[in-house]
Amino acid sequence: MAPSRADARPVFATGRGAGRPAAARFRAALDAALRIANIVCMLLLVCVFALPFAWMISTSLKTLPETMRFPPDWIPDRPVWSNYADAWNSGPFPKYFLNSLIVSSGILVLQFLTIIPAAYAFARFRFPGRGLLFGLVMATLMIPPQLIFLPVYLMLSDWKLLNTHFALILPFASSAFGIFLLRQSFLQTAGELIEAARLDNAPEWKIMIRIMAPLARPVLATFALFSFISHWNDYFWPLVMTTNESARTLPIGIAKIRETEGTATWNVLMAANVMLAVPVLLAFFAAQRHIIRAFVYSGIK
Amino acid sequence: MARIDLIDVVKQFKGETVIPKLNLTIREGSFTVLVGPSGCGKTTTLRMIAGLERQTSGDILIDGACVNDVEPGKRDVAMVFQNYALYPNMTVRENIEFGLKNRGVPRRERERLVRDICEIVDLTPYLDKKPQSLSGGQRQRVALARAMVKHPKVFILDEPLSNLDAKLRVHMRTELIELHRRLGATFVYVTHDQTEAMSMGDRIVVMHRGEIMQAAAPMELYDDPDNLFTARFIGTPPMNVLPMNLLPNLGTEGEGRAEYVGFRPEHARLLPGSADPPSDGLAIAGSIITRESLGAEHVYQLRTTAGTCFVKQFLRPYAGGDFATAVVPHDRLYFFDGEGRRLRNLRAASRPEPAAAGVR
Repeated sequence: MAPSRADARPVFATGRGAGRPAAARFRAALDAALRIANIVCMLLLVCVFALPFAWMISTSLKTLPETMRFPPDWIPDRPVWSNYADAWNSGPFPKYFLNSLIVSSGILVLQFLTIIPAAYAFARFRFPGRGLLFGLVMATLMIPPQLIFLPVYLMLSDWKLLNTHFALILPFASSAFGIFLLRQSFLQTAGELIEAARLDNAPEWKIMIRIMAPLARPVLATFALFSFISHWNDYFWPLVMTTNESARTLPIGIAKIRETEGTATWNVLMAANVMLAVPVLLAFFAAQRHIIRAFVYSGIK
Repeated sequence: MARIDLIDVVKQFKGETVIPKLNLTIREGSFTVLVGPSGCGKTTTLRMIAGLERQTSGDILIDGACVNDVEPGKRDVAMVFQNYALYPNMTVRENIEFGLKNRGVPRRERERLVRDICEIVDLTPYLDKKPQSLSGGQRQRVALARAMVKHPKVFILDEPLSNLDAKLRVHMRTELIELHRRLGATFVYVTHDQTEAMSMGDRIVVMHRGEIMQAAAPMELYDDPDNLFTARFIGTPPMNVLPMNLLPNLGTEGEGRAEYVGFRPEHARLLPGSADPPSDGLAIAGSIITRESLGAEHVYQLRTTAGTCFVKQFLRPYAGGDFATAVVPHDRLYFFDGEGRRLRNLRAASRPEPAAAGVR
């Protein structure tokens, strides 16, 4: 199919200038071919990301025997909506859901409170030890949580915070990645804006909150999206830090569906997964709109 | 209204001296223009007055009070930036109000001030728009309004017109002059454009390599330059400067030894090569290499044995052939020494003897 479309281009082009040299026609054909190859590649990429998702939704609407059928069907014979109800009723899901929401948004709020001033300080002030401190912050990026979870666990245990939301929120109250990302964005903001604000008698915190942070909106939205998704989906940390339902989050709850039934009920599991993914998708769409709008705002002139 | 004094101000950037030693008084209520080629230290001077840059040594006084350690926001100065530096996330109203809010001006007072200012600069219909939806001229006005609303003692303007197109620039020039008259505040204006400086300033400070070449009223600069740099910087086309040793028929009387002689293109007259030049002026013969006609004025470039020079004729173009003589009255000649300093005590005198063997 691709070659035939590529051929079509020069025919169209001759309408404009019949006497065009062969080289130009060849270039036009090559351009068209490259464009089509590009589209094909993008479609393949979309498939890589979208197919598992489609498969999840498809499976969530099947009966259990249907999920085992080979060759598999994409469309279930009859959508079984009750899988969703089964998933919801298989544990204290409203509780999990609320926990997930508290933990993910709690982390996000604390991260904003810490990374904005930190990035602002690293970007705007000269103070002794700035390079060293920033280096230390960057170094924490290279430490995997699996390496430090034990001391953190013991610490939180000492403070009697296990099985509370604090145990899931506090260790992530700041983000080296966020500080790095935001600092880059602050460094790029035009100096005149800050100078204008200083002449307008604005205190430093106001420059940060009213001028610098709004200008970094695309970065903040992007960071918020990453942070929210990774903590919403986080499995390891809540698994380690909780031993009862009081602070357990959705990913743990869903994993428990598998444990409780004798055999894995894939259809119910997938229904639960869809429910897990929906808030993430909503967050994504919300952030996407902000990212686009923020990009429109960020021009200086 | 405020007077600004810069006393022995030195500025160094990473060991490099940008301003060696600057002494300048900006009179209260004046429209002072700092002008000079790029890198002459004019913007640095401006930023030091605003407090955005700290001088390495020396004192800056506003209204007699030393402001060395006073924050920019507390100096009672307002600045208009070259790229306007409007806060892109705020509406026009918020941009204008921001400084007032930071000073704790009550809401009602703020609203009144913003309304008054916006009427002056014609921004009322745009109050709730964001800066990026405005045109260049409108943004310029917002920047002006943001500065004006604070009623500062000193207005600092850093090449505020350079981002506008030519027509708007000329229009804004007159608006700024009018604004200065209305506000009566001290204006300090930086530009590299001598036309802008001449047309707006009531006092012009010509700077070069961090030093003040001359500070005077526009016509004084034009008529009575202190040195070669000022002489050549002010005026278009610039003053013609020729070395004395290539003009054997020009003598001087008085103190000092002139190395260069200068004359303004508009003070010279072109005569056809065959005509007899009058005896009371400097006559330089040469051939015309370019002719520019601007309607009311005509500029000729003349190549002579002493160097190329420009001659400007008004209204009636020169009608003769390519071989011509530029004649400059003796009292229109400026003499400079080898260092470029003006020699005011020197007067021109004809030396008729070598003329026959000389330039002609």
